[in-house]
Amino acid sequence: MAVISEPAAAGRRSPFDWLQTILPKLVLAPSFAVTIVCVYGFILFTLYLSMTNSTMMPRLDSWAGLTQYEKLWADPKWTISLVNLAIYGVLYIGISTAIGLLLAILLDQRIRIEGALRTIYLYPMAISFIVTGTAWKWILNPGLGLDKLMHDLGWTSFTFDWLINGDMAIYTIVIAGIWQSSGFVMAMFLAGLRGVDSDILKAAAIDGATLPQTYRRIIIPLMRPVFLSAFVVSAHLAIKSFDLVMALTAGGPGTSTWMPALYMYSLTFTRNQMGLGAASAVIMLATISAIIVPYLYSELRGGRRD
Amino acid sequence: MFKTYFTATAASLLALAAAAYAPSAAAQAQEEVEVMHWWTSGGEAAALNVLKEQLQKEGVTWKDAPVAGGGGDAAMTALRARVTAGDKPTSVQLLGLSVHDWAAEGVLADLTPLAEKEHWADHIPPAIQAFSTYDGKWVAAPVNIHRTNWLWINKKLLDKVGGTAPTNWDEFQALAKKFKDAGITPLAHGGQPWQESTIFDAIVVSVGGNDFYKKAFVDLDPAALGSDTMQKAFDQLRVLRGWVDPNFSGRDWNLASAMVINGEAGMQVMGDWAKGEFIKAGLKPGVDIVCVPYPGSEKAFLFNSDQFAMFSLDDKARQDAQLKLASAIESPSFQESFNLVKGSIPANTEVKPDKFDPCGQKSMADRDAFKSTGGMLPSLAHGHAASAAVKGAIYDVVTNFFNSDQSSADAAKALADAVALAK
Amino acid sequence: MAAVTEASIMVPGPRSGLSVALRWLLFAILGVFALIYLFPLFVMVVTSLKTLDEVRAGNLLSLPPNPTLEPWVSAWSTTCVGLTCEGLKGYFLNSILMTVPAVAISAVLGALNGYVLTKWRFRGDGIVFALILFGCFIPFQIVLLPMARTLGLLGLASSTPGLIFIHVVYGLCFTTLFFRNYYAAFPNDLVKSAMIDGAGFFRIFWRILLPNSIPIIVVTVIWQFTNIWNDFLFGVSFAGGGGAMPVTVALNNIVNSSTGVKEYNVHMAAAIIAALPTLVVYVLAGRYFVRGLMAGAVKG
Repeated sequence: MAVISEPAAAGRRSPFDWLQTILPKLVLAPSFAVTIVCVYGFILFTLYLSMTNSTMMPRLDSWAGLTQYEKLWADPKWTISLVNLAIYGVLYIGISTAIGLLLAILLDQRIRIEGALRTIYLYPMAISFIVTGTAWKWILNPGLGLDKLMHDLGWTSFTFDWLINGDMAIYTIVIAGIWQSSGFVMAMFLAGLRGVDSDILKAAAIDGATLPQTYRRIIIPLMRPVFLSAFVVSAHLAIKSFDLVMALTAGGPGTSTWMPALYMYSLTFTRNQMGLGAASAVIMLATISAIIVPYLYSELRGGRRD
Repeated sequence: MFKTYFTATAASLLALAAAAYAPSAAAQAQEEVEVMHWWTSGGEAAALNVLKEQLQKEGVTWKDAPVAGGGGDAAMTALRARVTAGDKPTSVQLLGLSVHDWAAEGVLADLTPLAEKEHWADHIPPAIQAFSTYDGKWVAAPVNIHRTNWLWINKKLLDKVGGTAPTNWDEFQALAKKFKDAGITPLAHGGQPWQESTIFDAIVVSVGGNDFYKKAFVDLDPAALGSDTMQKAFDQLRVLRGWVDPNFSGRDWNLASAMVINGEAGMQVMGDWAKGEFIKAGLKPGVDIVCVPYPGSEKAFLFNSDQFAMFSLDDKARQDAQLKLASAIESPSFQESFNLVKGSIPANTEVKPDKFDPCGQKSMADRDAFKSTGGMLPSLAHGHAASAAVKGAIYDVVTNFFNSDQSSADAAKALADAVALAK
Repeated sequence: MAAVTEASIMVPGPRSGLSVALRWLLFAILGVFALIYLFPLFVMVVTSLKTLDEVRAGNLLSLPPNPTLEPWVSAWSTTCVGLTCEGLKGYFLNSILMTVPAVAISAVLGALNGYVLTKWRFRGDGIVFALILFGCFIPFQIVLLPMARTLGLLGLASSTPGLIFIHVVYGLCFTTLFFRNYYAAFPNDLVKSAMIDGAGFFRIFWRILLPNSIPIIVVTVIWQFTNIWNDFLFGVSFAGGGGAMPVTVALNNIVNSSTGVKEYNVHMAAAIIAALPTLVVYVLAGRYFVRGLMAGAVKG
């Protein structure tokens, strides 16, 4: 399929053609400009901050070189945060995508109550985590929640004390996180599935392909852009997982569920160590880039080939 | 059809926008105070409402900017954003050294003329004044004084096990054992870093005395922080760890107080804001709920004081309103009514103790007595002893110790290291 | 364009006895998931219908012995947000005034961006897209203070237009992503033929792409509405005082008050009220998850 490029100028450059050339870029320009300032400009600002001794407010004249970075790596909470992000990120993105895709495929099967089911899977995203956090804290609280419920129902040997267990608490955050947003991933996949040209599907059916084969060979490969979106969305939520952590464990028990977003916030705004917080933000961004940029590159590369 | 729908939506959006953002005839010249605070719950908000009404009588409107959560964390973030954006509120509730931090930024107003006129220096304890002033200038109006090293005991349970209020470590342990044997959780605790540090503050002053506390938590002397005395303090914390129920993690402090109220637990180590909870539940301090200083810390008043810091404003009308606010805050009538609800004691020593309950009266007596003995000690756990960075570092060490099997020796060393890093 | 209903255009599937068993399995799996997803909501609703004593006495799932709507009334009109005890209703409007324009503007801009990036290629457009996309990963705490300065300079501090500005800026990456991916799969033949017919930039967008973008508009609106409505950090930092305070900040003030009895029942009611608009959006938007909108279009 040919890419639509600038209108072939057979020597004539009417004002209309010129406008058509410049207009797309003009339309894109505001978004681009605003992104450059409000994303990259601010990242540079943060980078600069990370090399100052800023405490409560930015102190642009207190140059500190790389001291903040030294302090960062000497802080055990930081290593804990990074490990937690890795665990959380991999599990959260992987399981959300898998569940989202599964539910989308299942819902795609012409069911009468699809509307209701779709809303049921989606609604968790609607509710602010400030309060679903409380609900989850109850559910996962040994002695008050699931634990007690199971005991009341008779399974007295059931224990679920992950929330207060330093080693397992991070997984409770994974559970709550997946609950909250896999519905949206499902919605994205469903939109994608519904966008597949039904002629292709009819052709496949005529060729005798079974439903699983149709999905595996035709539909899922066509979903590549959706996988990209799903990844971006989940990764964004995983990185931003500040509200979630605060509501469920606030970093506890002890400091076992600290995450980079919490670290950055806490050090910048609560502990008046803005320079250190900025350093952590820079490292966070660097790590994110290291993972996402190659992925984006490969995806966007591949996309151009058509 | 699509086009009609789209056009209709766009049109209604524009109409809505025009209506909503039309510049309102804002009477900017009127006297208005915008107050940022985190007293959003029933009792405290009601008490603050008294202030609002008092000001209304003087012609000042109160614009409320409440930001709940985290003992002020969210509020501090919002404050930073607002100051950076150039949109300062009139007054903000600040704790301890935060006042100095903001004063150092040069954004606070000078209340000295008002303070001199109303003789604040005579009525406010010097230990508290230290936080309301910066560089010789008054910048904040203290509202109250909390004492954080209290031990609260459910009287009914105390009688049930035949115990008495402990005055030292041995008696404390004996009482805890009595509770445990009777199937009552000895200590109600909420597993949050600040709560664990509040307890640790009291332990440190009890184990090492007032001077040791000052050396370790105010002067941040590394030798004191890593000393054997500190290790002994950690030992004591380890023992207390054995007195809490398994579900303590993440519990809010008022839910721990509820455990004492219900009779599930016998004791709680908490500041006197807990008294507010007990009073609300109908327990009379001194009668149904026993209050003693943390065993061993009778000579120390670990204090925490809420201050309303005043920000520098340009508008003359708003400045006048601000002064009225500051004056109203220090007025004996407001000081009395607010503190009766909050559980703390007035920062203004002119207020008579008559209306206060026995625990409050004891607090007020100690406040006045300790003026000269050096017994008024700034609480570390509540941001009065050391900077936010150091406080945070100590929180981490204490909470990790509490939630793990770490040895006291390791903990003391970790404490010294963490503070050195955070200084 | 004919209105398409959900069941009309579907893929014919194989029909056999096996498929009946599979359909039961299908329902079973979907059902189990539905129960898991509904569980916390059930806890919340059930709690919001009890009195406080009942909440303390029972367990998570126990049904309210005497269901009462009192917590709901309280949440809407009398519960205290700081010193103002008028419930959530005022803040609701603030949130709507902030969210609707922000969603609309960011969606339109995203659609235009996606359109440009896929149908009007130019050198370096891949890089532009990647640069815009990367903005999705920036944690908001980083931009808080610089943005505060920016808003101050623009005179938009502590106001709803300021919040709209921020949400549009940080929503652009997502809306651009969604539309760009969708339009990438949009057949170019249609666009080319329109160009040959003399249609210009905006006409092609308006007449051809936009009407066929319903599914992705739905997804975008859901995402943006949810994120903007539920945002707390920007709301508390840039609209913390009365006038423009969104409902999430008010909810936080209700739920996270640090002393006193926690009225869990009122909190749950308040949270559900705060979530209602988003839920309504989900229900309404769901109707547009239709397959085969493209079916007739390609054949030309």
